[in-house]
Amino acid sequence: MTTVNLVMAGTVGVLYGTGFTLLLSRSLMRVLIGVVVLGHGTNLLLQLAGGPPGRAPILGAVSPEEFTDPLPQALALTAIVITFALTTFLLALGYRSYVLVGHDEVQDDVEDRRIARQKTPSAPLEDDGEDDGEDEADPLAPAERTDDQVEAEARREGL
Amino acid sequence: MSNLLTLPVLLPMLGAALSIVGSRSATLQRVVGIVVLAAVAALAGALLVATDQQGPIVAELGGWPAPVGIALVADRLSALLLLVSTLVTLAVLVYAIDQRIADYGSATASTTFHPMYLMLCAGVSLAYLTGDLFTLFVAFELMLTASYVLITRRTGANRIRAGMTYVTVSLLSSLLFLTAVAMVYAATGTVNLADLAGRVGELPPGLQTVLAMMLLVVFGIKAAIVPLHFWLPDSYPNAPGPVAALFAGLLTKVSFYALLRTQTLIFPREEPWTLMLVLAVATMLVGVLGALAQNDLNRLLSFLLVSHIGFLLYGLAVFDAAGVSGAALYAAHHITVLATLFLVSGLITRRTGTVALDRMGGLLRTSPGLAILFAIPALTLAGVPPTAGFVAKLALLQAGAGSGPAEQAVAGVVVVASLLTLYALVRVWVRVFWGEPQPPVPDSDPTDEVLVGTARTSVPMYAATAGLIAVSLAIAAFAGPLAGMTERAGVDLLDRGPYRAAVLGDGP
Repeated sequence: MTTVNLVMAGTVGVLYGTGFTLLLSRSLMRVLIGVVVLGHGTNLLLQLAGGPPGRAPILGAVSPEEFTDPLPQALALTAIVITFALTTFLLALGYRSYVLVGHDEVQDDVEDRRIARQKTPSAPLEDDGEDDGEDEADPLAPAERTDDQVEAEARREGL
Repeated sequence: MSNLLTLPVLLPMLGAALSIVGSRSATLQRVVGIVVLAAVAALAGALLVATDQQGPIVAELGGWPAPVGIALVADRLSALLLLVSTLVTLAVLVYAIDQRIADYGSATASTTFHPMYLMLCAGVSLAYLTGDLFTLFVAFELMLTASYVLITRRTGANRIRAGMTYVTVSLLSSLLFLTAVAMVYAATGTVNLADLAGRVGELPPGLQTVLAMMLLVVFGIKAAIVPLHFWLPDSYPNAPGPVAALFAGLLTKVSFYALLRTQTLIFPREEPWTLMLVLAVATMLVGVLGALAQNDLNRLLSFLLVSHIGFLLYGLAVFDAAGVSGAALYAAHHITVLATLFLVSGLITRRTGTVALDRMGGLLRTSPGLAILFAIPALTLAGVPPTAGFVAKLALLQAGAGSGPAEQAVAGVVVVASLLTLYALVRVWVRVFWGEPQPPVPDSDPTDEVLVGTARTSVPMYAATAGLIAVSLAIAAFAGPLAGMTERAGVDLLDRGPYRAAVLGDGP
């Protein structure tokens, strides 16, 4: 019977933990590194899913009991290519954001913030609980504020 | 027939390659896109007829038999959804092409739009047709990668912001999906869905629950089930009109299809699924209440989209043949109606130059045609009697409303959510179409494709929207035969026998 390889299990755990922690940060570069680390963890897990390593899966070279399972390797190879492509895309996106906005922070949804603060009869029902309830009194009525002001506020809160 | 099964995936890919090669000729790209999608739609129609008559059709790629090789499978459910999805993508493509001609003239080619659009269609087709879990992952990646490009193409700062959230969340769910695939493979030694159906049953119940929950979370993020829906109302409204329509119509429904397929095939249940019922109710209510708070038309529609994912989940939660077939019928109608609403929203936005509801008004007087185009899908979404939405909701309620008080309470929530949907859409109607006409808001950023308050529209844009409405009316008109078909599909889904027999060959 196969047993768990503790070193590998630990490595996967560390990679997942690091990856998720980095993903939770606001800087897109950290998110990107998080995706890379998490992707490695996942690919390693996919590799380990094939059981302990064996001999090459070539017909006739070794007996079938000593084969290594070729399927997880094929799957991991595909997954690596996909993760690599998407990492590149995320990198390009981060650079684009840096060029356009001047930083690569993931920002809050402006419209969402605006609605969360709104207290007019036109919105009799509360917001959907998606925001963490910042409803301090706003000096300006929502309709009078321009989008720029809202955006500036959202950015100030975000940073 | 089984060889034809590869074409819905291969044709769009070839079309995408042709679009890249011929990216200097705008006409070539447009013709290729429309011809390919029309061909796929015709194929999907043929598949639907064939699967309804002779059961699931299987294509074994590379000639390897099913549990070893990759199999493509079409049954009634996947053929139906493939047909409806392809009709929607075709209509949206016509709309998108025409919007571009209206804005930039017919000569300018877009190097990225057409190839990415066709790759997205290839991914959608593959997701519907695939018979194994890993190919499903690849299909999702194909579809999502194309969608990342479409949503962040020609960007300003705001869409980059929305796109980043979308890309990061989708990437995370993809990595979780891959983790789930690895765990399933480690536990069972196979990724073939039909083979899994037999093997997962032999695992300890706790492990089965873990695997089912992992797949639920993965598809839950992609399908925007409530605690995991937060990314959707942020990202979709920032996409250009046709792209938002395509996403709203297809992406969440493909994820729901994957959820339906995996949960019914691999993790069969005997009785209604309480967790799913709770999620369905939460999704319905949170979505529709969120919609009521919005002032942005596209965001409002996005929240309604979330809300109506709840109706689909309700059909799955009931977990009997009637519920699952109701969900299939609802998905078919929902794909068309949400895409239509986003296209109409695009037309309204082009007319008014804004998405803010309080800056619109009086459109009934200035463009009555638009009012009709909005009214029909709005009533369909709310489920007012003669429409397809009513037929589908009725099918769901007949399945779910049993005798127990809990069942009736949930059915009551379904009705309330439908009424609130109607209320939200009537509010839109009042603000947009009644009142004094307001002058169009000038376009602040002419290079951005999102807001073009120029009222430059053309007949094909309206025709494409009207065509989609015709599809949803056709669903209502042929509700009888269609419901019969989805009922057979529902029975097949829960029986699992025909699917497994077709894929594995030697009987269940």
